[in-house]
Amino acid sequence: MKQETEQRTLDLGLPDSEHYSVEHDPDDLWGDSQMIINIGPTHPVMHGALRMVAKLSGETIESSYCEFGYTHRAKEKLGENRTYHQFIVYTDRLNYCSALINNVTYAMAVERLMGLEVPERTVWLRMMCAEIARITDHLICIGINAVDLGALSYFLYGFHQREEAYTLIEKLCGARLTTSYTRIGGMMNDAPEGWEKEVKAWVGRTRKVIDEMDRLLTANRIWHRRTVGVGVFTKEDCLKYSYSGPNARAAGIDIDLRRDQPCMFYKDVQFEVPIGKNGDVYDRYAVRLEEIRQSLRILEQCADKIKPGPIWVEDKRVRIPEKHAVYNTMEGLIHHFKFFMTGFDVPAGEAYTTFEAANGELGFYIVSKEAPRAHRLRIRGPSMFHYQGLDTMVQGEKIADLVAALGSINIIAGELDR
Amino acid sequence: MDMIDVEIMLAKVLLIVLMVLQAAPIMAWVERRGAALIQNRLGPNRVGPLGLFQSIADAIKAMFKEDLVPAHVSRFYYLLAPIACLIPAFMTFAVIPMAAPITIEGRSIHFQVADLNVGILYVFAVASLGVFGIIMAGWSSNNKFSLLGSLRSCSQMISYELSLGLSVVALIMVYASVHLGEIVQGQAETLLQLGPIAIPKLGIFVQPLGFLLFLTAVHAETNRLPFDLPEGETEIVAGYHTEYGPMGFSLFMMAEYGNMLTASGLLATLYFGGWQMLPGFAYVHGALGLSGNAHILAGVGLQFLSLLLKVIFFMLLFVWTRWTLPRFRYDQVMDLGWKVMFPLSLVNIFITGALIYLGWI
Repeated sequence: MKQETEQRTLDLGLPDSEHYSVEHDPDDLWGDSQMIINIGPTHPVMHGALRMVAKLSGETIESSYCEFGYTHRAKEKLGENRTYHQFIVYTDRLNYCSALINNVTYAMAVERLMGLEVPERTVWLRMMCAEIARITDHLICIGINAVDLGALSYFLYGFHQREEAYTLIEKLCGARLTTSYTRIGGMMNDAPEGWEKEVKAWVGRTRKVIDEMDRLLTANRIWHRRTVGVGVFTKEDCLKYSYSGPNARAAGIDIDLRRDQPCMFYKDVQFEVPIGKNGDVYDRYAVRLEEIRQSLRILEQCADKIKPGPIWVEDKRVRIPEKHAVYNTMEGLIHHFKFFMTGFDVPAGEAYTTFEAANGELGFYIVSKEAPRAHRLRIRGPSMFHYQGLDTMVQGEKIADLVAALGSINIIAGELDR
Repeated sequence: MDMIDVEIMLAKVLLIVLMVLQAAPIMAWVERRGAALIQNRLGPNRVGPLGLFQSIADAIKAMFKEDLVPAHVSRFYYLLAPIACLIPAFMTFAVIPMAAPITIEGRSIHFQVADLNVGILYVFAVASLGVFGIIMAGWSSNNKFSLLGSLRSCSQMISYELSLGLSVVALIMVYASVHLGEIVQGQAETLLQLGPIAIPKLGIFVQPLGFLLFLTAVHAETNRLPFDLPEGETEIVAGYHTEYGPMGFSLFMMAEYGNMLTASGLLATLYFGGWQMLPGFAYVHGALGLSGNAHILAGVGLQFLSLLLKVIFFMLLFVWTRWTLPRFRYDQVMDLGWKVMFPLSLVNIFITGALIYLGWI
């Protein structure tokens, strides 16, 4: 019996222990005795629960690998188990810094499958929402990037404007962070009287603050030394890693889905797409700062062009029944019950809808098989692609540069892990 | 030395210790309120008038929180480190003269704890001891982030101590003394007479470059932004005090503010005339119409007040800088220290020497 086993071992052709060696794994950092440092998932610089393991030589990162998935909540699977309306609240938790953009994009995706055309006022409202969300997102990104490099005051200047923006959002939907403002074929409710004027006033104030922030930091020499030529991600790298949004634009790739695939009324407003050159931390910062200005410009135009009108499509399938009908008529009550208990059927088909989110291309791929729930829902979050490039970006740079690079590509764990 | 001498000495020691001890809570409040002012927010304003008692509340909290010593640390050095950091911070202030020496009833009184004839050298000798505490903390914590923090601190202190010392060398050449009292006395002389206004021979006027170098170097020495790399929280968590609980952390903070106080005191003493009265104070002194001992003591009070105001100005400057500038990267700090500040301080010495040789200073 014993002999048989030995025979079998020989048959398998395993080398004897003396010559046996595992092929060297380039991703394995733990092989030798250099200092390995574990940054995250609970480290003050990590934006959300991310982890980076880096092999150091002094303070230089020789090699590293990134891990994510600590915030995975199976959003896409949830999308297959929730009705189309129920899923709206989950979109808030993707990129929670710009929840409204996610709401808008998701609503657009489902409406596209159903072939719905939302009224004009809704489109303008959605555009304004998207731009406010873009500004809050960029304010956080450049602010946190500055905090990571030690400039706390800069961050708080922007944060004050962000809080005011949240107050504007609160007036729309009652929530500040997790908005869930859109509905399929409409909005939760109309903007309150005079909201556009408040937005315009806020735009004026924010513009001043942005200029002030610009004066405080952009020309600072320490800031230049910390950001110029740091965390460079070239055009080729960006294409290789499928970068989009401000990060790609910072490297000189001229894409902006708002301009290239005009949805909503983006072709009716004037705005420019800022393009960087070197793809370093400074360019990403500068592109974002300029984008805030452009978004403010768009907001002002929207506030001028928006007109009173209906906010719901005239489609019985998706329109949430009016409350007075629900409480006063039998048919209304049944309609309401059916609407919320079973949802509405979406015609069979599939659609991939993208929108320029604050961080880059946000896409919802929905496969429907004529049911109130999606057969398959896939979300393309830009952070996912940006995070993959971080290793390459910080190779051979200092720990302090990792901090700058990570802050500048604006990784939002909710969107990364989904 | 009789009893009265001992009593005077004890009073002086007590004053210094209390001043440095008070620096931490008061500065913590100033820093937080100052940051709030700069950042367009309120800051702590709940405990006591204007939130002044916030520091006391914090101190009570720090004392009553459980002071956990992690299991993996080297216990002896871990506990010793904050103390080793704090003591030099207390000691350096001892040689800074608070007022001109006076003679009352045949007894001459010096308003500094130790009237050393090597005053400035003593300051450098003791101030550089502070880094031992930081190294001890980083090493004994047995934590990679702590170690990186203390490594940074160590090399930063050594690099900047050099330009710090060299920028003062030029100053010593001008006043031809290492005795702090004499340096202050020397600053009372007139440098230029512009009509009725006599510009005194203050350190800043005869050593403008030296002053800038000194100011930059003390920012690095006290680990303040833009040189706060040893505790750069976004990179290496909290640097050398990552593993410390409430009291350890508080002691490090006290040491930091103590060092800041000393640095401000030195800046005031070396470059702004120390206890030399601020413009207008001499008039107030005369207008009080006192005589005898009361006159002398009033002078001491005004001189002390002048020094205090100068120190407060520099403390506020530290706060202001901290909340305005971003942080340097480690290698950039080293570059600045060795490639810019060190050559500049040598040039400064050379220029000063040339000017003295030509008889212009």
